[in-house]
Amino acid sequence: MKGYLGIDVGSVSTNLVIIDDDGQLLSKVYLRTRGQPIKAVQDGMKQLVENTQGEIEIMGVGTTGSGRQLASVITGAGTVKNEITTHAVAALNLIPDVQTVLEIGGQDSKIIILRDGIVTDFAMNTVCAAGTGSFLDQQAARLNIPIEEFGSYALKSKTPVRIAGRCAVFAESDMIHKQQMGYNLEDIIRGLCQALVRNYLNNVGKGKDIQPKVVFQGGVAANIGMKAAFEEALGYEVIVPQHHDVMGAIGAALLAKDEVARKGFTAFKGFDVSNVKYRVSSFECKGCPNRCEVINIHMDEKVIARWGDRCNKWKNLDNNSSHQGYSC
Amino acid sequence: MKITYPYVGNSHIVIKNLLERFGNEVVVPPKPSKRTLSYGTQFAPEFACVPFKILLGTYIEALEMGADTIVSTGGVGPCRAGLYTTLQEEILKDLGYDFQMITLEPPGHYLKDLIAQIKKLINRKMSIREFWSIIRFVWEQLKLFDETELMSFKIRPLEIKKGETTRVYREMVDLIASAQTVKELREIRHEVNKRFENIEIKENYDPIKVGIVGEVYVVLEPFANLEIEETLGELGVYVERSMFLTHYTINNAVTDLFHIKGEKNVKKAAVPYFNEMCGGHGRESVGHTILYAKKGFDGVIHLSPFTCIPEIVAKSILPAVSKDYNISVLSISLDEQTGKAGLRTRLEAFVDLLDKKRQKFKERMA
Repeated sequence: MKGYLGIDVGSVSTNLVIIDDDGQLLSKVYLRTRGQPIKAVQDGMKQLVENTQGEIEIMGVGTTGSGRQLASVITGAGTVKNEITTHAVAALNLIPDVQTVLEIGGQDSKIIILRDGIVTDFAMNTVCAAGTGSFLDQQAARLNIPIEEFGSYALKSKTPVRIAGRCAVFAESDMIHKQQMGYNLEDIIRGLCQALVRNYLNNVGKGKDIQPKVVFQGGVAANIGMKAAFEEALGYEVIVPQHHDVMGAIGAALLAKDEVARKGFTAFKGFDVSNVKYRVSSFECKGCPNRCEVINIHMDEKVIARWGDRCNKWKNLDNNSSHQGYSC
Repeated sequence: MKITYPYVGNSHIVIKNLLERFGNEVVVPPKPSKRTLSYGTQFAPEFACVPFKILLGTYIEALEMGADTIVSTGGVGPCRAGLYTTLQEEILKDLGYDFQMITLEPPGHYLKDLIAQIKKLINRKMSIREFWSIIRFVWEQLKLFDETELMSFKIRPLEIKKGETTRVYREMVDLIASAQTVKELREIRHEVNKRFENIEIKENYDPIKVGIVGEVYVVLEPFANLEIEETLGELGVYVERSMFLTHYTINNAVTDLFHIKGEKNVKKAAVPYFNEMCGGHGRESVGHTILYAKKGFDGVIHLSPFTCIPEIVAKSILPAVSKDYNISVLSISLDEQTGKAGLRTRLEAFVDLLDKKRQKFKERMA
């Protein structure tokens, strides 16, 4: 059977999916990145092989997320796309007349506005990460509630408490304050969901023309409290796709499918890469006062990629000359 | 007297020539780097904008290199830049540096003061004729820098070998910097043209066109905008910038002297949205966006320093312009962050958006 692999290496989670020729999901793996993107990709590949028992022939690979470059070097992906485009592609594939995509991931949140099947506007959070997955995780842990149940608590509330949502630190102190005053946990959680939605709409969604159909994706879409708070604030039905947590990876796989159709081949290195030894080393370039920390990616002791330099002089792999004496 | 001044784009070379020919010893400010920014953020007020921080850091670096005089421009507000030199002088003196600050105010407002300040910068005897020949040389040099940069914007999206344009551009900047006479500049101009013509380019490729608008420092200094023009060019985008050093000089010195409102057409274009001046380049950002839309550009990128009031005003007006003129606008707020990855993600997505939009438009026309 033929399939296309999509890999989304994000700050918090690393997701891998295989889709078939019709764009249907065949297998998915959702892992925590834990600051080790290479290991996460390798582990994910192993799990995919187990899930599919090696019966799927990979015809093309696409990567996305903040670790997209790294993942493409390891797997030989032909398509390397930013997460805004991949999320939009995946949403469009599922719901062709979608006009708004709300996406909240581990450390970033974005809004994508589409009209007639193309992206017309987008925004990502810039100065604030309040309301993203990491913050909700942290609050769930603090309240001793499993994150999976966090949202259902919110639905039980009848009188939500107003929580400041402008900043994660203020939101937390506000929540603690409300707890000390004796408010119900359910009401506080619902209040928090509303505050985060308010913050999202006033910050990332500022000035954006939000029209239905609205799709909500990313890890946080699993939180039914957040979904309800969005519906309440927008007055539209909010659709959470079945595979909302891996939409970026699905989009990357869909784009890989298109690219392979155009190009006719893939540079996929095979599932064996999960057994290859990768090593990362870094050095500080002394060419100018920027002192960039340059990263080397080694595969079996050979440098296969290098980045982190502001002036691009190290990107070229032939440049193995001494690390000094080179000026920008 | 050892003079130093702010670092913006390639202007440091021109200013060095000017000041040296006026009989001064010059400490050329170092190109802004992470070190500059860490000095700046350490000693500037937390919510000062990134240009303030970079300039403050630059002054500290230059004072450490032995400068004892700083020359910079003032302004008449309401943008905070008009007060930069005063505040920076206070901060640096508190840090224990001993130096003189020379502030050049716009001539239309404070001509007498300006002449007095300029006199301080001329430290040798020269004839009027000599004076004008110096002015002519530095002006020609500044013009050639701008022309060369403009050429790099045109060629970069078309280049076949990634990074070649940037390499040639940097070589040409060094070459222009080495010129001593107007005649040499003329020869170098030929060389620049030849070198850019020799870059191998894609045929029949119509690049996405993006205009860059916003606050002057972050638009003009690549360090402040994380080399956005280079990044876009290498993504295959033709970039045009609303401001160049030569325009800036004319608009802020020459036209101001004769009380002519600079960039008349830009301001006029902005009027339906923005009738009052709000300082800085807020109104110009709106005006230029409209002009780019009229010129058929695919999109506009709006750069603003985090906490910059004039650009915040512009930012809140731009969605209306974007809707009325059907031009996509991406607003980017810059501060002391040095992470290029987040910016790159947004730029890639923006270029994807523009590309799809253009395809769709073509399909409709066909």
